[in-house]
Amino acid sequence: MEKIAIIGIGMTKQERRKETETFSDMVFEAVTKALNDAEITIQDIDNIVTGCNDFWDGRTISSMAVGDASGAWDKNISCVEGDGTFVALYGLTRILSGSYRTTLVTAHSKGSESISSLITNAMFDPIYTRPLGLDAITSSALQARRYMDRYGVTEEQCAKVSVKNHKNAKNNPFAQLSMDISVDDVLKSRILASPIKLLDASPISDGACAIILANEKAVRRFSKHPVWIKGVGCCADAYHLGDRDLSESKSLEKAAKTAYQMAGISSPIKEIDVAELYDAFTYQELMWTEGLGFCNKGDGGKLLEKGETEMDGSIPVNPSGGCLSAHAVTTAGLIRIAEATLQVRGDAGKRQIPGAETALAHGINGPCGQSHCVWIVGK
Amino acid sequence: MKNWLETVESFVYESRIKVPYTWSVGEVGSRFLIELRDHKKIYGTRCPKCNRVYLPPKKTCGQCFSNLHEWVEVGPQGTLITYTLVHYESSVMPMKPPFAYGIILLDKASTGLVHLLDEVKFEDIKTGMKVEAVFKDERTGDIMDIRYFRPIRQ
Repeated sequence: MEKIAIIGIGMTKQERRKETETFSDMVFEAVTKALNDAEITIQDIDNIVTGCNDFWDGRTISSMAVGDASGAWDKNISCVEGDGTFVALYGLTRILSGSYRTTLVTAHSKGSESISSLITNAMFDPIYTRPLGLDAITSSALQARRYMDRYGVTEEQCAKVSVKNHKNAKNNPFAQLSMDISVDDVLKSRILASPIKLLDASPISDGACAIILANEKAVRRFSKHPVWIKGVGCCADAYHLGDRDLSESKSLEKAAKTAYQMAGISSPIKEIDVAELYDAFTYQELMWTEGLGFCNKGDGGKLLEKGETEMDGSIPVNPSGGCLSAHAVTTAGLIRIAEATLQVRGDAGKRQIPGAETALAHGINGPCGQSHCVWIVGK
Repeated sequence: MKNWLETVESFVYESRIKVPYTWSVGEVGSRFLIELRDHKKIYGTRCPKCNRVYLPPKKTCGQCFSNLHEWVEVGPQGTLITYTLVHYESSVMPMKPPFAYGIILLDKASTGLVHLLDEVKFEDIKTGMKVEAVFKDERTGDIMDIRYFRPIRQ
């Protein structure tokens, strides 16, 4: 692959309710920060790809609501309806097409403006599943039960993900829920849909993120701190929940394999220094560490209990606090890429993993991790 | 003069998105829903290549990319693959909490069906338990013509 780098990132703080800000206000803040970070101006941007979802945004052509804030006037702008990791992948391929030197990638979401259960219910088939009232939480609960039953993963092990990530969030000024909690706090929190309890679930969040991609020529001209894209992989599983074995993530295994091959990684746990994963629920972080090959299937809980995914472990997972600490939908994956970028640059502040040179970012799309996108970035 | 940003009241516009909609269910979906409505029978379609029986039925196998023409009656009994007990309320849900969802592998089907579980003590719900469909008396051609699944009584 032609060498392409991330030359700037910017994000808003994620909050439960940004009442005074429109989508456009949030995106303008993230884009301005990304341009300042890259030390370039909007004139240096060739094209824009935005990420958003019409249902979450309550309007169609939701990308156009943020066109002005993305500096898209007189430029080529396109939109991806899905997680930020997939949005960035489209931005990357636009540079690879040879038509552009730089792509500005944005994502935004305000979970606070609608009713999450009603919006996520709409991701299901309107004939066979939607009438049942299934939503993101109840469908994930079905996956969690299946995964935990098959491998004997315990609610305590899941709770430990919540404890770790909320603690990590204390080092992240952009996170929404940073706190010291105990395993007992998680286990005793209100049951949403068994085995998922309130503290096993990510919060409702508002926020935006922007990153700037550039080809090698543009990097030479502009960038002082490029972080190179070493590999990207993306794969989708069946859409209907009943068509899949929900206890494993085959599409993640394939996406990871593709990304690792591109990046020349043969032993992920040894060669990757830090990972930012899409942990919408605690059990998901455990499942994704398995799908990414950090451990064997069913051993995600053990990997965590050995401390390997802690800040000082062999593969720290979610130093930012992950989605459990702030989850602006569609934006969350782009934030994972931005966090991975900061880690490689050594600019992650208090959440920095010392000496991180290779980082992984991961995003999901569709119910129960139907699709996965894996990014490897490095020096 | 004082900066207007410091004094402006934040105003939130309240509205809703609501659009009546009609979805064609296709020939396969039509036959499935009409069999459910008229005969209380549940049908899947079999892939001629991988032999998988899809429920809800499909016209195309996503794995083999083949056309599915063979109809197979499945259930109404089956095995519970996974479940959840719902404790929060949402206006999209057909029941008030607490209630249970499950994914059921109906006999002769290869794929699971998401549906409601009822007529069962919550503490008795276990993965692997045998369940059966309970149909509505007045059916309209809707997945909810199956009221729910309940444990098979010995």
